[in-house]
Amino acid sequence: MMQPFRLANAGHLGGASPVRFTFDGKSYIGLEGDTLASALLANGVHLMGRSFKYHRPRGVIGAGVEEPNALVGIHRDAARKTPNVRATVQELYEGLTAVSQNRWPSLRLDVGALNDLGTPFFPAGFYYKTFMWPKSAWERLYEPFIRRAAGLGEAPDKPDSDRYANRFAHCDVLVIGGGAAGIAAAHAAAEKGARVILADEQPALGGAMRYLSATLDGKSGWLWAQEMATALSAMDNVRVLTRTTGFGYYAQNMLGLVERLSDHLAEPDPDRPRERLWQVRAGRVVLATGAIERHMVFPDNDRPGAMLASAGRTYLNHYGVAVGTKVGVYTADDCAYAAALDLRSAGVDVPVLVDLRRKPNGDLVDQAQQAGIEVVTGHALSGTDGRLRISRICVRPREGGERREYEVDALLTSSGWTPAVHLFSQSRGKLAFDEATQRFLPDTYVQDAVSVGACNGTAALADGVKEGLAAGETAARETGHRGKGRTLSIDAWSPEGGAGGMIGDSARAPQRGKAFVDFQNDVTAKDIRQAVREGMRSIEHVKRFTTNGMATDQGKTSNMHGLAIAAERLGLPVPQVGLTTFRPPYTPVTFGALVGHGRGALFEPTRRTPIHGWAEENGAVFEDVGQWKRAWYFPRDGEDMHGAVARECRTVRTSAGIFDATTLGKIEIVGPDAARFMELMYTNPWQKLAPGRCRYGIMLREDGFIYDDGVVGRLADGRFHVTTTTGGAPRVLNHMEDYLQTEFAELKVWLTSTSEQWAVIAVQGPKSREIIAPLVEGIDLSDEAMPHMSVREGRFGGVPTRLFRMSFTGELGFEINVPADFGRQAWEAVWEEGRKHGACAYGTETMHVLRAEMGFIIVGQDTDGTVTPHDAGLSWAIGKKKTDFVGIRGLARPDLTAVGRRQLVGLKTRDPNKVLEEGAQIVADPDQAVPMKMIGFVTSSYWSENCGRSIALALVEGGHGRMGEIVHVPMPDEVIDAEIVSTVFFDGKGEDANG
Amino acid sequence: MVEVLTRTGPLDGRSFAASGVRLSPAEPAARLSLRAGGDAVKALSKALALSLPLRPKSTSASGNLAALWLGPDEWLLIDEDGNDLMAACAAITAVHSAVDISHRNVAIDVTGPNVEDVLAAGCPQDLSLRAFPVGAASRTIFGKAEVVLWRRSEQHFRVECWRSFADYVFGLLEAAARDPG
Amino acid sequence: MLLIHCPYCEEERPELEFRHAGEAHIARPQNISEITDKEFERYFFIRSNPKGLMFERWRHIHGCGRFFNAARDTVSDRFLKTYETGEPKPDLSGEGR
Repeated sequence: MMQPFRLANAGHLGGASPVRFTFDGKSYIGLEGDTLASALLANGVHLMGRSFKYHRPRGVIGAGVEEPNALVGIHRDAARKTPNVRATVQELYEGLTAVSQNRWPSLRLDVGALNDLGTPFFPAGFYYKTFMWPKSAWERLYEPFIRRAAGLGEAPDKPDSDRYANRFAHCDVLVIGGGAAGIAAAHAAAEKGARVILADEQPALGGAMRYLSATLDGKSGWLWAQEMATALSAMDNVRVLTRTTGFGYYAQNMLGLVERLSDHLAEPDPDRPRERLWQVRAGRVVLATGAIERHMVFPDNDRPGAMLASAGRTYLNHYGVAVGTKVGVYTADDCAYAAALDLRSAGVDVPVLVDLRRKPNGDLVDQAQQAGIEVVTGHALSGTDGRLRISRICVRPREGGERREYEVDALLTSSGWTPAVHLFSQSRGKLAFDEATQRFLPDTYVQDAVSVGACNGTAALADGVKEGLAAGETAARETGHRGKGRTLSIDAWSPEGGAGGMIGDSARAPQRGKAFVDFQNDVTAKDIRQAVREGMRSIEHVKRFTTNGMATDQGKTSNMHGLAIAAERLGLPVPQVGLTTFRPPYTPVTFGALVGHGRGALFEPTRRTPIHGWAEENGAVFEDVGQWKRAWYFPRDGEDMHGAVARECRTVRTSAGIFDATTLGKIEIVGPDAARFMELMYTNPWQKLAPGRCRYGIMLREDGFIYDDGVVGRLADGRFHVTTTTGGAPRVLNHMEDYLQTEFAELKVWLTSTSEQWAVIAVQGPKSREIIAPLVEGIDLSDEAMPHMSVREGRFGGVPTRLFRMSFTGELGFEINVPADFGRQAWEAVWEEGRKHGACAYGTETMHVLRAEMGFIIVGQDTDGTVTPHDAGLSWAIGKKKTDFVGIRGLARPDLTAVGRRQLVGLKTRDPNKVLEEGAQIVADPDQAVPMKMIGFVTSSYWSENCGRSIALALVEGGHGRMGEIVHVPMPDEVIDAEIVSTVFFDGKGEDANG
Repeated sequence: MVEVLTRTGPLDGRSFAASGVRLSPAEPAARLSLRAGGDAVKALSKALALSLPLRPKSTSASGNLAALWLGPDEWLLIDEDGNDLMAACAAITAVHSAVDISHRNVAIDVTGPNVEDVLAAGCPQDLSLRAFPVGAASRTIFGKAEVVLWRRSEQHFRVECWRSFADYVFGLLEAAARDPG
Repeated sequence: MLLIHCPYCEEERPELEFRHAGEAHIARPQNISEITDKEFERYFFIRSNPKGLMFERWRHIHGCGRFFNAARDTVSDRFLKTYETGEPKPDLSGEGR
């Protein structure tokens, strides 16, 4: 088995099965439990990517989510290609296909690397400065160039075939991070009976136990963590979520977690979700997010083979992989010594350990030297060699002086640890800079949270575990779980405490080569200094000018270095330069996870009426009206929309038409004060409307503008059946509830939505009465007994009905309300009767045309929130004697009574065959210079089969006083002349629809 | 004379089962939106032979008639026997509003050990027994639809929604039921 | 997503069930048809939009349906108190902000 760098007696993967995978088309073998990165390293592959700007060859830097370099594409099939996946996070599975990114033609030979030679031409702020002018070059030159250069991986171009899930969850204690401190916290809280969720981004709990020398309760740290994971998962009150990243900390202890369910599987079940978004509300949050190691900043610190000390150690101690055969170490921190010693004990040559500090911990130096490692203190690395892999390091005294060279094939560096305070900071907690350790640490908490372990700046394992236990128990107690359950203690020991560390550039003198701060965005120490030199003072400006920390890793390894370099250059203390804001997500989150179930049919509800099925079976074409599907028109064989609508319009006026009006909003207003309430909500008078009669009502907002309209039937003294527009139903009810609950609370009246209680079948046309008569029981349909604008209760086809005699067409008409579950059958019964009279089914388009022929407005089409009843020609609907209704004062505002307001008029084009475009602008003088003065616009426009010509409604300045005037509608290819006319186009002998 | 029509619901014929959860449309029921101030509660309770619940999120039941507290002056009455609830209220003189909404709502019974997790795919409320005990009911949100949840037993929720949202709610429940664990 | 204590449901419920409804304690004038333009402007158009303590209305629209009032700190987004419609502005002196 070819895995030359896999060590037999190291790591936690002992006995794992081999797994085949490919990288850039080449086959390799790794082990189950590997990440793509560890498997490639086991095969001696360090070159995993190219940097963003200079296309420099790059190897893996880390062993976890902080990885800036090793970004790859993972391809499952044509639709499932995930770009920018960190190789350090991607778990290996049989047949995994990974490809490198940001290179052409190949990873080893990349033409884009010419950018590196042209460095003087690509300084910080290059794009801002270069692509300025001429303006015309933007579209043709700059933008295409930048677009081609920008972006890392390739986004898939097919719809995502994976499923995603969402889950709301509630717990007493949420622990983020399953290292030793997090496990301790979860266990302590759970023992006290609290509902606990413990989330960790790795496939298994354990955190730093992957690499640390530690003993907990007498076991090795890793073994202890696995046993604890099993024990916790077995508890009823604990949910352990692995492969789950806490990516966002929002208000009131709401956290967003994303759980990856199948990215590690060779053959994911297509019926199972790929990821699940958890929206967790926690009583208390314990942050045990650990710390992230920083690299050393020095010239050419980015050659493949150079990585973080903890990464090298994780590959060794967890994955059993040696990252090289001759591994140099460069550090300003104690922890790199342990990495060097571990490598030595595994038989790896460590020719030199360079410590920037003049007087590091003597014990550690002794131990290293005893292990045969040359320790050089007070020295810095001044450069490296090697094209696709590091081959040599150059060492010289800090103050400068003679340089020495060492042959290496890997280099571990550490400048100390940055506590992972991302979530704490997102919670709006305030950080404080600890001068002694050069770290930002959690200081003031704003939410019910606590940080434990390394993210709290606690270095020693035993201390972190103790913090975890205490935090877990306290969190349980504070969420009401006190007394019962045992109090835990964990005996934790590790020889490592971690001390030292530095931030900034380790070799401060001017130097050749690029000292990278941010690997992914290719930001060097020099770039940061240049930003300061060019006037950036705040770290927020430095960040944006240089793009430091703005890559997909969000500066997990680079931010503190960048800040220190800027602070040094500015001569200011670090806290005064500021810290950039931490924003969600902590690591990239897929759109799929955020969308969850909400795609396709579940994107939003599609509402269908009980009659929908019939319309579908009868060839209806539907239109979307809000969330509703409404039958638009019913084409017969060979008919286009125009033909179908013309026929439907004709048929309604000559025989009858049947229309599904179910979607209209309906509100039942019940109570002894119902009429008083109606008086306040509508402009019309209601007190004297007799039970059994209907009225067209207009509702205003307080500002005097039309808000909604509809026919209202009074069923009894204390019961009104109100209809609203289809789209207006929810807001009208809300508007009414608002006034009822807060302004007119003394009224004894209640509002109930009945929109969906009733299916509504409109039968309109001269034959309408004959059609429905055989189906109606208990209602006298004669003109005398049931005049226009009346409502009766009875039975229709054997079921209860509220039968309205009303018209939105100007013809004799009825609207049959039946309980919704009877809607389809009632419709079919009407249809059978209608056929005997030559009636047709008609859709919303015909409804629109017929009402426009009569000049009836549609709120939201002929009004736009700035139209008063007077503007719309509906002054008659305002109760003249009323002293109060919503909008009464607004109507009296000077602007609303001024002359020259836009008023609703009819338009007849000079050429009767020309149909105006809705929304078209109207001018008085077509010969004026552009921009012309617009005096109004077309609100509705149709071909009217019944009038034999086009008709239109328009809002025109002073329109009511312009009857007979010719106005002009400039269109791209012509100017259409039209005459201002009354809004009533069709002179029928039907109903006076105003009642 | 036309024959009497039978009720046709939007979920007729649908059902779904996955491991740990079963979705089935409930039988058609009679429903009433009952609104009244505190002064009328006694009279209404007497007329309905069921004491209207007065605590938020609570319910009361008598035989197959149940009253769900939805708001301080609002109850959803559900009669699974389909009795005429409007008639039952007709004689009450105490001030109230009774509106028939039998056909406005559609109900789905969600049952099984995974019921809480399935509903938690779209409902942001805490549905654990501690926060949402057997007998609790609440109007809330499920995905992008408004619903009324009524916990009838540890592993049985009745989900009521408006008729035209039933297809969406059932679809989202199905999707959620396919996400076990 | 905020948690909001509904004074009618007597418990905290998720923000998704609620809808914001503008500033609170702005009463519609009883004699609205008689007020001056200036008074109407003050009633209908002018809002305080403070930084810090804000009295505002919410509706538990997908819950009990009630409108109620809340005192919220617009800087921290923290609710100091919620109370029923019709109750006077609470005295919040001494409340931690």
